[in-house]
Amino acid sequence: MNVVEHPIVSADDYVREVLRSAEAQLHTARMDRRAFLKVIGLAGGGLVLAFHVGERNSAHANGKSLFAPNAFLKISPDGSILIYSKGPEIGQGIKTAFPLIIAEELDADWAHVRVEQAPINPAVYGRQSAGGSRSIPMSWDQLRRAGASARVMLITAAAKQWDVDPSECRTERSVVVHDASKRRLTYGELADQAATVPVPNENTLRLKERGEYKLLGTRVTGVDNLAIVTGKPLFGIDQVLPNMRYAAFEKCPAVGGKVRSANLEEIKKLPGVLDAFVVEGTGKVNEVMPGVAIVASSTWSAFAAKRALKIDWDESSASKDSWSKAVSDAAKLAKQDGPESLRTTGDLDKALGESKVVEGFYSYPFISHAPMEPQNCTAWFHDGAIELWAPSQTPDAGLTAVAAVLGLPAEKVTVHQIRAGGGFGRRLINDYMCEAAVIAKRVGVPVKLTWTREDDMQHDFYRVGGFHSFKGGVDKSGKLVAWSDHFITFTNDGEKPTSGGDLNPEEFPAQLLPHVRLTQTKFPLKTPTGPWRAPRSCSIAFAVQSFISECAVAANRDHLEFLLEIMGEPRWLQEGNEYALNTGRAASVIKLAAEKAGWGKSLPKGHGLGLAFHFSHAGHFAQVAEVSVDANKRLIVHKVTVAGDIGPIINMSGAENQVEGCVIDGLSTAMGLELGIENGRIQETNFDRYPLLRIANAPEVAVHFIQSQFPPTGVGEPGFPPVAPAICNAIYAASGHRVRTLPLTKEGFTI
Amino acid sequence: MRLSINGKEHVVNEVDEATPLLWVLRDHLGLFGAKYGCGIAQCGACTVHLNGTPVRSCSVPVSAASGQQVTTIEGLANKDGSLHALQKAWIEHDVAQCGYCQAGQIMSAAALLKSNPKPTDSDIDAAMAGNVCRCGTYVRIRKAIHSAAAQLKEGASS
Ligand code: FES
Ligand code: FES
Repeated sequence: MNVVEHPIVSADDYVREVLRSAEAQLHTARMDRRAFLKVIGLAGGGLVLAFHVGERNSAHANGKSLFAPNAFLKISPDGSILIYSKGPEIGQGIKTAFPLIIAEELDADWAHVRVEQAPINPAVYGRQSAGGSRSIPMSWDQLRRAGASARVMLITAAAKQWDVDPSECRTERSVVVHDASKRRLTYGELADQAATVPVPNENTLRLKERGEYKLLGTRVTGVDNLAIVTGKPLFGIDQVLPNMRYAAFEKCPAVGGKVRSANLEEIKKLPGVLDAFVVEGTGKVNEVMPGVAIVASSTWSAFAAKRALKIDWDESSASKDSWSKAVSDAAKLAKQDGPESLRTTGDLDKALGESKVVEGFYSYPFISHAPMEPQNCTAWFHDGAIELWAPSQTPDAGLTAVAAVLGLPAEKVTVHQIRAGGGFGRRLINDYMCEAAVIAKRVGVPVKLTWTREDDMQHDFYRVGGFHSFKGGVDKSGKLVAWSDHFITFTNDGEKPTSGGDLNPEEFPAQLLPHVRLTQTKFPLKTPTGPWRAPRSCSIAFAVQSFISECAVAANRDHLEFLLEIMGEPRWLQEGNEYALNTGRAASVIKLAAEKAGWGKSLPKGHGLGLAFHFSHAGHFAQVAEVSVDANKRLIVHKVTVAGDIGPIINMSGAENQVEGCVIDGLSTAMGLELGIENGRIQETNFDRYPLLRIANAPEVAVHFIQSQFPPTGVGEPGFPPVAPAICNAIYAASGHRVRTLPLTKEGFTI
Repeated sequence: MRLSINGKEHVVNEVDEATPLLWVLRDHLGLFGAKYGCGIAQCGACTVHLNGTPVRSCSVPVSAASGQQVTTIEGLANKDGSLHALQKAWIEHDVAQCGYCQAGQIMSAAALLKSNPKPTDSDIDAAMAGNVCRCGTYVRIRKAIHSAAAQLKEGASS
């Protein structure tokens, strides 16, 4: 074999050292979970503060909850500032945003700051995952306090050295300054000294006011950009270990199929193939399903052999799902309510009887996450323990899953988190990690499992398709007063709706209207589903916000004014709960998007503006799309104007990039993405039949943030849901064609 | 088999001639910049230059690259070691999200600028049509290409 090896860069050893020292110190002192711990006695000296970020502190000793640090700030004598952050980077920019927050309160020179990622140890770190746009809100306060504490300690050290009062000192760009005597000391020069002063009481810390920010809210470029543009081996798929083998794994295209037999002997004779064997699996889709593993001397040998596989599948308990059947069954139920009630408010029938009634039947398909980097994992089983390198969104859960699948105690499983080439929710589930673990255990040498694109699209946890049969009632004054939705979804277990396929009874606008009936039908489903960028919201917003536009048209009202009227008085539906709609924030973003897009302006024939709003993941977002449609239904999306309120922005460049990405993803998905499922098999298995948007069709995107006084919340998801309905409402304005089925290609549109 | 990659000669043994160039780069030569995205010339993540022309290395058998000049993202920087104008522009415009597609994007853009130093939007659309970005960074890719073109022009005239 002709394998080139490169070392895997890892912060693990230093982090473990810090952790051990912190633990040793904690033995003597019980600390409050919000406290900061000065870690002493480390090689290299300097100031090291350990602290906890996140929602949960799960370390328990003797039944007592103890402070367990999961993030570290280190200021070295050479002036470098390093933070160890616990969660994965999947393209959402957290690896840049976390240190920015610390650097702001620390008054650090950004050029001195680096971030490295922590090893996976949920017992210590609590949640170590990326999902639900949760990373920022859960860490905001602690990261700010960490920076502010270290800053106070550096000032104290300088003041002592100069024998002046600390109040006479100020900081700027990693330097403490005493203006009266024109003396300056850099943070590096002060690092050792600062480590000897006590950690300040957090009640005495003064955090910066918004107006004092120098870094937060500016445009800061990503910390891994250089490595990305020079092609450095950053990603999971780039990992290499000494003496490593390459694996591929073939599962039944209909989920649940088992291997009856396979041409293993033939496969083993193919060039480069070292082994081929049947894996029974655990039968759980989020662990290991049955299949055939091939181990080879290169990825290509493994892939080529995989193609030559002939497997006789026992499909007696495999999926027979059919999307086309679901579509026709759902259409038959459109005129009636569902058997389950999700919400009843007021008297819907009476209200509809007194109103102008609008009806609409909406549907959207199953789709795949299709992250650019196919699933992969490198694993090495030796001496009764396993080590894994995984581009996962939930490496913490992956560790537990691997331990369960191999029957190992958790401490025998080591997981290294590696930058992931896109997540979108797919990497919340660690099936590929479990597969790599099982294969690695059998071969006993390091092995990298790589999925083909076809594997990735056929074995996803899909965004579930669904149907909404709406009735809306508009009263004599033109006000929306009645709303009913028969939601048709799917169930894997016969009880709960499948993951991502539930309708929250508090979903807009049901919670704001006087007469509401939400009912539900669930079709059985074997195909696995899961969270997909802005789960539920990513599909429901299309239906709801399009139907509201239909109601506005029926009421002969302007959509903007109609939508604002539904919001009503500015109020927070549950004071203090960031996941509850705030109608005041909603109205502000709706007005801003409309104003910036020139709502009401006159447009050439065939052009139209469309508006939509959606609240999800604690973010209020409104969008206006400007489109044109010609006689052949060729669609051009010229511009999408976005207004969002997620509180103060940490990194303007990162936040705008996420929203631009949401708009492109929203158009891409609405335009042409759908998966057929027949006889349990996904019909579209590669990008030739799954037309992700390309650059020529990317619209201009204008992003406007209202930086309100609420604490900051995440941005990776809530910008997505309003895209499709804004575009579809614009199509209506441009052409009079009401889109009720996605993708748009289904209704004859091209781009 | 002899391969010339980024100006360096390599000999690879024990590789089947039909093996796509992508996998030889990644598994045999340790050049990880070119990425696997689809394997069927649909996404452009694997884009490299063959005698200056962008090709999808997942769909070029290694035998077809033998004796030709192959350039990968690792060899894109200027001779003096400084970054190519596109690499700089990509950093400045903070183009990447996950970053997985970006080496391929940059290689396509580099070939474009070589043949067309002042591309219009539609030139960019055409030259970049083979590169998918799942994270949706197209707005920035366009800006970065224009700004690199302007940089190169400035450099040439100074
Ligand atoms: S991997 Fe070559 S074009 Fe997609
Ligand atoms: S940056 Fe993620 S695919 Fe382009």
